[in-house]
Order: sequence, then structure tokens, then C-alpha cells
Amino acid sequence: MTSSLLIQLIINGLIIGTLYGVVGMCFVLIYKASQVVNFAQGEFLLIGAWACWWLLTYWQIPFFWGFLISIAFMMVFGLVLQMLVLRPLIGEPIISVIMVTIGLSIFFQALMKWMFGTFAQPFPPIFSVQRVEILGLQVQTAYLMSTAVSLAIMAGFAWFFKYSRIGLAMRATAYSQQVAQSLGISVRQMFALSWGISAAVSAVAGVVVGIVNGVSSALSYFGIKVFPAVILGGLDSIFGAVVGGLIIGVLENVAHYFDSQFLKWGNLYEIAPFYALILILMIKPYGLFGTRDIERV
Amino acid sequence: MATTSLRPCGDYRSSYRADQTLFDTRLSMLFCAGGVVLLLFAPFVLSGYVLSLMIQIGYLGIAALGLNILVGFSGQISIGHAVFYGFGGFASCYLSHKGVPVPLAIVLAGLWTTAVGLLFGLPAARVKGLYLAIATLAAQFILQDFFVRATWFTGGTSGAVAEPFTLFGFDMSGDHRYFYVVLFFFVVLYLGAANLMRSRDGRALVAVRDHYLSAEMMGVNLTKYRTMAFGISSFYAGIAGALYAHYIGYMSVEGLDILFSIQFLAMIIIGGLGSVMGSLLGTIFMVLLPELTGALAGALQGSAIDKALHLKDGITYMREMLIGAVIILFLIFEPDGLAHRWRQIKAYWKLYPFSY
Repeated sequence: MTSSLLIQLIINGLIIGTLYGVVGMCFVLIYKASQVVNFAQGEFLLIGAWACWWLLTYWQIPFFWGFLISIAFMMVFGLVLQMLVLRPLIGEPIISVIMVTIGLSIFFQALMKWMFGTFAQPFPPIFSVQRVEILGLQVQTAYLMSTAVSLAIMAGFAWFFKYSRIGLAMRATAYSQQVAQSLGISVRQMFALSWGISAAVSAVAGVVVGIVNGVSSALSYFGIKVFPAVILGGLDSIFGAVVGGLIIGVLENVAHYFDSQFLKWGNLYEIAPFYALILILMIKPYGLFGTRDIERV
Repeated sequence: MATTSLRPCGDYRSSYRADQTLFDTRLSMLFCAGGVVLLLFAPFVLSGYVLSLMIQIGYLGIAALGLNILVGFSGQISIGHAVFYGFGGFASCYLSHKGVPVPLAIVLAGLWTTAVGLLFGLPAARVKGLYLAIATLAAQFILQDFFVRATWFTGGTSGAVAEPFTLFGFDMSGDHRYFYVVLFFFVVLYLGAANLMRSRDGRALVAVRDHYLSAEMMGVNLTKYRTMAFGISSFYAGIAGALYAHYIGYMSVEGLDILFSIQFLAMIIIGGLGSVMGSLLGTIFMVLLPELTGALAGALQGSAIDKALHLKDGITYMREMLIGAVIILFLIFEPDGLAHRWRQIKAYWKLYPFSY
């Protein structure tokens, strides 16, 4: 009984982990492109999910179109946010930039609470079959969809950065802004675009989580949970973010298992990633795949 | 960040002594001393409501100053200040229950919080900048979880009761008397911080902030000063939390969340990073902000705006949004904070008809 519970939990962890991976990728995208640590990443999920929910429930739009509209909206939202708030701060000390994103985070969190209330709202049912059986395990269709979507996003990112023109331009910008500029790439556009893409992809993750758990302000917690994942993987590695996300997702659930079976402390599910975070920072602050800062004087 | 104070032209300093004075002129010293003396009479004149606001500004101002020493003076960032504040409160409750006299318990709670702060400041020896910010974020969640769990220390979710403040058998609780307690700690700690900046240690902290490589080459021990900044900041937070606990008479886990930590950050951004007086200005701003929004909502009650926005239900969210908006706007338009604005006003009047 307990071993099957453990397996179930590990699978849960992998499913959640892929979502952490996706959000982590979005976070790393912004960090790599514009050197901004975005504390408002969770709010992107939140706003995207609420926007989609609102379209679906108030306007009775079919899921597919509602989904697309909310992604487009978040794309524009990210672009505008970068242009209005982050652009004036280019060149300011890192503390100011961090604090601006913290400010954005609480601003939008409160705004969403004000507009939509604090209670979790379920999405209208989207799948006709609620759960399917795979290898003797009951898996919710929504979970399957979330994993499929996450994997698709990851593949999309890989393609985007390897082959597409804009993706290559972004990588060039991340590598060296001066070199990129001398090649005719608009660094300002790349900054804005990275925020737009990040917000749009986060919104996808937000909608997926919303379908599984219902939409509530708890969604923004993803933005905080993403820190252990990206630090573990290395702040500037997109691949690292995915690996880190998976590890943190599994760690959470395994911690929960040991907690409920042996330790009986309670709440370890929420806190274990942060203990891991402190440990990583003490031992290997640049993570598994991050580039080490080497400072030359 | 405010590094050098803006001085009107013609105001040269010709000796190290003059450069390091606590007060620029004799007049400003008299003003400060006069202000404190005036405050001594405040409980006789002011109403209980104003007094309670002033007490609030007092203890929150102490905590904000602690954070400013960490963020503004030594250039590190902490997103977990509220939990150190809370730890101080719980520690003081715990100690006063064990029979330690309350004034001593407050100081001991400060020292105890310092120890905890140093423990979480240890990553500061290894990482900096945003990594440190994330480490303190972890500290926020870990300690918040600890408060809920450690029933022997905090009373768990039900909270801890603080003993009333007595000094030599004389009861100091109640707004009118407790005001003097807060004022005493406030003056001592603010003078302490202002003096710290005149000492070698204070200059070392600023050097670490401005250019840590140069500082290291000049013989400043980076690890020591980074950790020390954490220690001092936690000490201030601990004292402030203890003062709060004995003022309310009760310390609860609720409200020590990340939003409270961000409020402290907002105070020092609004006031001005790296300015002792700015910490106070920012605290006053942040304490008065919810009062003003409350008053505004009260004035608009029943009007069309009220009906359209559901002000009564939305007031807490509106306050949170205001905090966020104020942080963003100040960072974009006035990154040096209110302290900078105040210096500009002073400089304007100093050269009045010929100000540029």
C-alpha cells in the first residue's frame, strides 16, 4: 500500500514538476534576456488564468478560442509591462529592479483578489472523460493534458531558440548586448519580446493549473516555488530550469510522503523546497547547469 | 541610491572633524534636541489615536532603520525582515514568561534575534545580490513555518501573551506611558545608527556596498561586514518586534507574512535608501497611508465611486495595491526617496532668492 502511494506521489511530483519546469523556463527567459529577476512570475500565471476563466464563464466562449485570446492578451500585457515599468529602470542597481518586480507582484495580486475575490473558482468542464487508467494508476485527464502541454511548450522553446530567427536574436542578446546591437538586433525589442513570451507561456501554465485545481490567488505561489527550481538548475540555464523543476516537484511529494508516514511534522510539503534552496545556495550557488560568474578585475 | 548628500554650493568642509559631524550645523542639532523635548510633552497634549499612531511609527521606524542598514548601507537585500521582527516579539514574550524583567527581555530578545539573523546571514558570506534575496525569501518561509510549529516558543497558532512593561515596579503599559518607552528606544537606536555611519565599521559597510572589490583591497573583510550588517539589521528588527509585542500585549503568527516584509522594503524605498532620516520619513508615510485610504473611503461612502468599486470590501486590497504602486512609482520617478526631496527643499531655502 505504502509503496504504491509513493509511486503515485512520485508521478504527481513529475506532473507538477513539469509545470514548475515550464514556469522556471519563463523565469529564466526573462533573466537571461534582460537580467531581471522577476518576482512577479506567479502573477503572470494568475492573471492569465483569471483572464481565461472570465472569458469562458462570462462570455461563454469555447475553450479553444478563450485560451488563444487570453494568451494573446498576456503577450501584449508582458510587452506593455516591460515598456512602461522595466524600461525606465535599465541601468539601475539590481536591488531597484528586484524591488520593482516585487511591487508589481503585490499590486497585481491585490488587484486580482479585488476583481475576482479570494475563493477558488473551478473552470467549466472541458474534458468529457474525467480520469483514465494508465498501468493500473488512475490519472486525471487534466493532469495528462498538463503534462502534454508542458512537454509541447518545452519542445517549442527548444525549437524557438535553436532555429527561429527571433530566438537566435534573443540568444545573441543574452550572450552580449553590444555584439547583438552591432549585428542590427534591437536589444530593446528583444527585452520587451522576452517579457511578452514569458508572460504568454506562463499564462498557459496558469490555465492548466487552473483547470486542475481551480483558479485562485494560490496560483501566484507558483512564482515563489519556482525559485528553488531555477536556483537548483542554475539561474541562466533553460534546460536547468526544467531539470530543477522536475527535481523540486518530486522532492516536494517525497517529503510529503516521509512527513505523513514517519515524521508527522505537517506542512513539510510546502517548506521542503526552501530548505533545499538554502542548502543549494550554501553548497553550489550557481546550480547544476548555471554558468559561474568569474570576475576579472 | 543616495550616496552623497546634496549640499548647496559654498558649503565646504575643511576638516575631517567637520565632515564627520552628526549634525551639519548647531541649529540642526538644536532642532533635533528640541524635537525630542517636544515629544516628551506629547502624551499630555495629543489624543490617544494620534499617540497610538506615533507609537506605531516608533517601533516600525526602528525595524525600518534596521532594514535600511542592511539594504541601504551595505547593499544587500532582505525579503524576510518581518520574520526577524516576529522572532524578536516571540523571544521577548518567551523570556518575560520565564521571569526576565521586561526591559531586559526586550534587549535580550534583540540579541537573540541577532543570533538568528547571523545564522541566516551566513549565506551572505558566500552569495550576494539576487542570490541573497532569494536566500532571505527562503528564510521568510522557513521561519514562518517554524513559528506555527514551535508551540513551546510561540504558542503555535494561538499566539503568545506578552507580560506588561514594568520599570522598577512602575507600570508602563497604556498609550500614554508606553510612548516614553518607545521614544527611549527610538532615540537610542537612531542615534546609534547615525553614529555607526561615522565609525570605521560604518564606512566599511558603505565601501562594501559601493565597490566591494576595492573595499576588499583596502583591507575590509567582506565576509565579516556582510554578516555584521545582517546581525545589526536583525537586532533592530528584534527590538522593534519586542516593543510591538509588549505594546499590544500579544504576539501572533498572523501578519508576519511576506507582505509585511515587503512593507518594510517599501518604507525604506519611499524614505530613501541609505538615509537614517529617510527610514523615519518612509515609516511615517507607510503608517499614514492606510489611515488616509481609510479616511478617503469613509468620505466617499455612499457616493457613485463607492458603489462602482465596492470600496468597503475592496479597502484591504486597495491598500495592498497602493503599497505596490507606491514602490513602483518611487523607484521609477524618485529613486532616492523622500530624504532626497527633503534635502532639495532645504537647499532651496538656504539660498532662497538665488536658488538654482
